Amino acid sequence: MRPKVIQLYKNLLYLGRDYPMGYEFFRERLKKAFLKNKDATDPEQIKQMIARGEFVIKEIEALYMLRKYRTLKKSIPLGTIRVP
Amino acid sequence: MSLKVLVGCKRVIDYAVKIRVRPDKLGVVTDGVKHSMNPFDEIAIEEAVRLKEKKIAKEVIAVSCGPTQAQETIRTALAMGADRGIHVEIPAKEMEKLEPLHVSKILAKLVEKEGAQLLVVGKQAIDDDSNATAQMTAALLDWPQATFASKIEHKDGELTVVREIDGGLETIKVKVPAVVSADLRLNEPRYATLPNIMKAKKKKIDKMKPADLGVDTTPHFDVLNVSDPPARDAGIKVEDVDTLITKLKETGRI
Repeated sequence: MRPKVIQLYKNLLYLGRDYPMGYEFFRERLKKAFLKNKDATDPEQIKQMIARGEFVIKEIEALYMLRKYRTLKKSIPLGTIRVP
Repeated sequence: MSLKVLVGCKRVIDYAVKIRVRPDKLGVVTDGVKHSMNPFDEIAIEEAVRLKEKKIAKEVIAVSCGPTQAQETIRTALAMGADRGIHVEIPAKEMEKLEPLHVSKILAKLVEKEGAQLLVVGKQAIDDDSNATAQMTAALLDWPQATFASKIEHKDGELTVVREIDGGLETIKVKVPAVVSADLRLNEPRYATLPNIMKAKKKKIDKMKPADLGVDTTPHFDVLNVSDPPARDAGIKVEDVDTLITKLKETGRI
């Protein structure tokens, strides 16, 4: 269980490098979120928390994708139509 | 039929970075600036990887022309699912002067060397916005081209490509081998996650120089001046509707 949590933390930290409000902002909050649950021992509960972490990863990836898409759409005027 | 797909990817200044013009006015500041893969090339890689997942393609090769750091870009492509990489090394100083024609020639040579049947590239790079590499490579190879693709379907050695054109969509059919350039809405590229980047380190990257492919990279033109876009004038606040109308009349808007 422990390596899984550490891996999750590392993956999130890596994602944080592109965070719009800065890496430090992200890192502090991420650390706080992990430390808050440091005393958790119930395996079932930890599993749930890891699943939540994976969900956050998906959300951040979606956030980056949308941000990139919007910036490009704004800066490159070609292809102004919408595909259904 | 399974295709061998070659994908071009360029290392450019990250889309989120504010671009600054160099004091000598001959380029932009690149030192210490975050770089990443050209977003349109990410879309191209994603499409190639999806073709592989659909068993239409058998191998996806990511190519990048650039300085040593371009390897990071290839690494990202490998993490997204490309099978192997080719790094055409061009020193940072010459990179500024590298033109789409040179890249086209390099890509055309590599396509011949690798025996690829499909070349997928992004429609343009977000740094020089040339939008020329796909078209010129198609011309050099004498292959059909499907540019600004927003949808690709493969059937019996033919690609049905929906293109984004001014004011609408155009559907065309091209015979493979072909060159395809990806538009913004072709797909949503996956994120190169840390575990995948680690795994990608095991994949092979071949290194070569333009001279190895017999391509001459002497520039055809000189950059005379690079300048910032004109700054926008500050706006003003008005007290009420009447002043707004007078101001608008003064400036001749109404």
